[in-house]
Amino acid sequence: MMDGMHDVWLPAGPQAATLFQLWIAMLVVCVLVFVGVMAALAIALRRAPRATAATPPDLAVLTRGEPRLHRLIGGAVALSGVLLIGLLVASFLTDRAIAQLPLVDAVRIDLIAHQWWWEARYEPGDPARVFATANELHVPVGRPVLLTLRADDVIHSFWVPNLHGKKDLIPGRESTFAFRADRKGVYRGQCTEFCGYQHAHMGLFVIADEPGDYARWEAAQRLPARAPRSDEERRGFELTTGSTCGMCHTIVGTSAQGQRAPDLTHLAARSTLAAGTVPNTAVTLKAWVANPQAIKPGVNMPAHAFADGDLAAISAYLGSLQ
Amino acid sequence: MTTDPAPTVTEAAALARTWADKRGIVGWLRTNNHKVIGLRFIVTALVFFAAAGVMGGLMRHQLAKPDSTLVGPDFYNMLFSTHGTTMMFLFAVPMMQGFAVYLVPLMVGTRNTAFPRMTACAYWLYLIGGLLLFGAFFTNTGPDAGWFAYVPLAGPQYGLGKRADVWNMLVTYTEAMGLMVAVDITTVILKMRAPGMSLRRMPLFVWASLVTSVMIIFAMPMVMLAANLVQLDRMVGTHFFNPAEGGDAVLWQHLFWFFGHPEVYFIFVPALGFISAIIPTFARRPMVGHDAVALSLIATGFLSFGLWVHHMFATNIPELGKSFFTAMSFMIAIPTAVQIFCWIATLWAGRIHLRTPLLFVLGFFFILMIGGLTGIMLGSVPLDLQVHDTYFVVAHLHYVLIGGAVFPLFAAIYYWFPKLTGRMLNERLGRWQFWLFFIGVNVTFFPMHQLGLAGMPRRVYTYGAETGWATLSLVSTVGQVINDLSMFIFVFNLARTLWKGERAPDNPWGAGTLEWSVASPPPAYNFAALPVVSSREPLWSPPPPSSPTHVTGLSTQIREGLVTTVIDALPDVRYAYPEPEIWPFVAALLISAWLVWSIWSVAGFAWGMIPPAIAFIFWYWPNKEETLKELAREKPP
Repeated sequence: MMDGMHDVWLPAGPQAATLFQLWIAMLVVCVLVFVGVMAALAIALRRAPRATAATPPDLAVLTRGEPRLHRLIGGAVALSGVLLIGLLVASFLTDRAIAQLPLVDAVRIDLIAHQWWWEARYEPGDPARVFATANELHVPVGRPVLLTLRADDVIHSFWVPNLHGKKDLIPGRESTFAFRADRKGVYRGQCTEFCGYQHAHMGLFVIADEPGDYARWEAAQRLPARAPRSDEERRGFELTTGSTCGMCHTIVGTSAQGQRAPDLTHLAARSTLAAGTVPNTAVTLKAWVANPQAIKPGVNMPAHAFADGDLAAISAYLGSLQ
Repeated sequence: MTTDPAPTVTEAAALARTWADKRGIVGWLRTNNHKVIGLRFIVTALVFFAAAGVMGGLMRHQLAKPDSTLVGPDFYNMLFSTHGTTMMFLFAVPMMQGFAVYLVPLMVGTRNTAFPRMTACAYWLYLIGGLLLFGAFFTNTGPDAGWFAYVPLAGPQYGLGKRADVWNMLVTYTEAMGLMVAVDITTVILKMRAPGMSLRRMPLFVWASLVTSVMIIFAMPMVMLAANLVQLDRMVGTHFFNPAEGGDAVLWQHLFWFFGHPEVYFIFVPALGFISAIIPTFARRPMVGHDAVALSLIATGFLSFGLWVHHMFATNIPELGKSFFTAMSFMIAIPTAVQIFCWIATLWAGRIHLRTPLLFVLGFFFILMIGGLTGIMLGSVPLDLQVHDTYFVVAHLHYVLIGGAVFPLFAAIYYWFPKLTGRMLNERLGRWQFWLFFIGVNVTFFPMHQLGLAGMPRRVYTYGAETGWATLSLVSTVGQVINDLSMFIFVFNLARTLWKGERAPDNPWGAGTLEWSVASPPPAYNFAALPVVSSREPLWSPPPPSSPTHVTGLSTQIREGLVTTVIDALPDVRYAYPEPEIWPFVAALLISAWLVWSIWSVAGFAWGMIPPAIAFIFWYWPNKEETLKELAREKPP
C-alpha cells in the first residue's frame, strides 16, 4: 500500500511550518515550567523536616504571618501570568500567519466527506474542466490549494498533519480551507472526527507532484474512461455498466452515472481501495467487488453474487481504467 | 451555645435511638443518613470505575497490534462510548458528590444533610441509571456515538436503533441526580454550618464542594435540555439539529460543551478540595494562602463557563470568537497555578509526615502538571488544529482526569478510609499501589502524545501496520497492565483491611477539621453536641477558655439540628430533619420505569409521569406522628 507521511514533526508546507514553530515554543516553555515546579516541590520535600501525626501543628504562623512566602507565591503567579501572555501573543500571531496564505492561482477543489470516503471535484467552477476523483488528492508543489469543504451525512474532519491543522466538514455548513505543499511527497491524512462504524478506515492521501507531473495527471484525469481492449475487459465493461454498479458509481463516457459512491473513471490510477483500507491490486479489487463487507465491515457497498469468471472480468475492466 | 459540660452518656444513648435506622431490608431502603448514602455513592462509583476500567483495558488490548480482530468496529464503538460515559457520568461526578455527601455535614458540624430524602432518591436514580446503561451495553444497545454524542451521528438519521436514546435518557436522569445532590450540598454549606464557622473559617474542601455544587446547578440543566432536544428530533420529528430543515449540527456542540467543559471542573474542583484538606494535615501546619486558595476555587468555577468553544476550534465558527476562548483557556491556568504554589509553599514551610495520602498528592502534582500544560497547548487555536481529536487529546484528558481527579481520589480514600470504616488501610500495600499506578499511568498515556503528533486520530478501532503506530500502542497497552496490577493491589488492600485491618483512632493523622473530632466510624447522629467553632482548624485551636464549646438545648428525642446564617454562621432557627421514609426509593423506581418506558415509546413519556407524581404526593403528605412530636416540643416564648 502507499506509505504516506503523517507527522506533525515534519512540516511540508508554510502553515504546518508556522504551527511547528509555535509547537516548539510551547513545548520549551511548558517543559521549563514543569521542571521549575517539580524542582520547587523536590526542594520543599528535601528541606522540610520530617514529622509524625503526633507532631503538634505549627500554629505560630497564624499570628506571625509569612510575608516572604507570600511574596514568593505572588512572584511565581506573576511570572506564570507573563509566560501565559507571551504564549497567548505567540498563538494569536501564529493564527494570523496561517490565515494569510496568498491564494493567487489556487487549485480549487470541492472536498465532500461521506461515510466513509472522500469525494474530490477539481475546478468545480468550470464545467469544461471539472473532474472527480476519490480518496487521493494530487496537488502541484508550490501552488496554493483552496478546498471547499462539505459533508454529505455526518461530521467529518480533514487533517493532513504535514501540511496544516484540521478543519471539520459539517453537514449544512460549507467552509473553506487553504494549504500549500512546498515539498514533493505523499502525505497521508485520515478523518479525525468520529463518524461512525468505519471511522478508522477513512484515509486520504495528498500527493504533491512537481508541476509538470501534476499537469499530466490532471490532463489524464479529465479524459473519459478508457475503452475496453481485450475480450475479458469488454465482458467486464458490459457486466459493470449492465448491472447495479452504475446505480452508485460514475464511469465517465459510459452509462454508469451514479452519484452515491466514488467515481471510477480512473480507478486504476489510484493506489488504494476503500479510502486507504487495502492496496489497489488485481487481487484486492476482485475480493472487494465480491464482498466489500469482508474487507471493510459496514461499508455502504453491498456484496455481489457474481460468478467467479464474471468477477475476474469486472476486475480486469476496472483494473484497466488508468 | 454554652460552655456547659459535655453531653452525658444518656443523652448520647437517646440520640443513638432517635437516629437509628430500622433493621432489615426496609430500614436499609428507607435510610436517609448522609453517611450511609455517601458511602453507597462511593462504593457504587468504584464499581462503575472498575467496569469502565475493564472496558479501557479491552480497548488497549485491541489496539496493541495493527489490524487486530479482537473486537470489531461495532463493539469497539460501544466500548469507548460506554467507557467515556461511565467514567464521566457514573464514576467521576457521583464519586465526588458521594464524598461531599459524606464529609460536608461532618466538616461543617451538623447531623445530616438538609434534604436527605432527596439525596436518598438521587442515589437510587443513579444506581438504576447506571444499571440501565450496563444492561443496554450487554444487550447490544449501548451508546456508540462517543461520550459527547455529536449529531447528526446520534440524530434520527444516522443514530440507528435505540442506542442514542439510551444515552440521552441516561444523561437526563443522572444529571437530575447530580442536580438534586448539588442543591442539598449547597443548602448544608450555606445554612447548616456550626455556629462560629463563618465563611472565612470554612474548610477548603467545603469551599470546593460549594463551588462545584453551584457550578452543577448552572451547567447541568443545559445538557438535560440539549439531550431532550435530540430526543425530540429522534422521537417526534422536530428538526433542532437537522440542517436540511433549518436546524444546525453545531448547536448541539455549543449546548453540550457549555455543560461539558464545566463538567471537567465538577470533577477537578472537589479534587482540589481533597488536596487542600490533606496537605495541611501532613505538613503539620495551616494552609499557606487559605484565602487565595478559596478565591481561586471560585475563580475556577466562573472561568470554567467561558471555555467551551475550545472543544470546537476545528468548526467554522468565527475566528475572532475563537481567540477569546484561547485567552480564557489560558487564564484559567492562573487560579490553578495559585493553588499549586500555595500547596508547595505549605509543604516548604511545614514539617512533613509522608504517608500514602500525601504520596498520592505528590503524584497528582507530577501528572496534573503535564495534563495542565498540554491543556494550555490545546487552548491555543492554531496548535489545537494540529492535535485536536487525536491521541494527543486522549493523553491530555487522561493526564488531567487521572492526575487531577483519580490520584487525589486515592489520596482521599487513604486519608478518610479510617473515618469511614474505623480501620486503617495498609501503608505498605498503599505504597505499592501508588508506585505501580504512577508508573503505569505514565507508561500508558505518555506515548499517546507522540501517537497524536504522528497522526493517530482518537476513536479508531484499528490501524494498519503501515501507519507506524504499533510500537507506541503496544507500550501503552503494557502500561495498562501495570495499572491493572495496581488496582488489584488496591482491591486486595480494601478487602484485607475490612477483614482484619488495624483499628483506627478518632484522629489517626492529627488533622484539624471537625470530622476528626467524632468516633471512627462516626455515630449516626455525628455529634453528641453540635460544636461551636472559633478557628479554621477547630481541633488544632479549640475555642478559648470561657467561650462556648458546643450547642445545647436541641432535642434528643427527635432528629433536630441548627440552621445558621449564611455569612457568619450565627444560630438562626432549630430545624427538624425529615425521618427516613420508603417514598424516595419508590419514587426513584417509578421515575426509572418512566425513563425506560420513554426510551421505547412517546406515549410512555407522557403517561409515565403519572406514577412518580403519585409517589411524590405520598412522599410529601404530612406525617401525623412527626407533626405531633414537633408540636409537643414547641415552647411558648
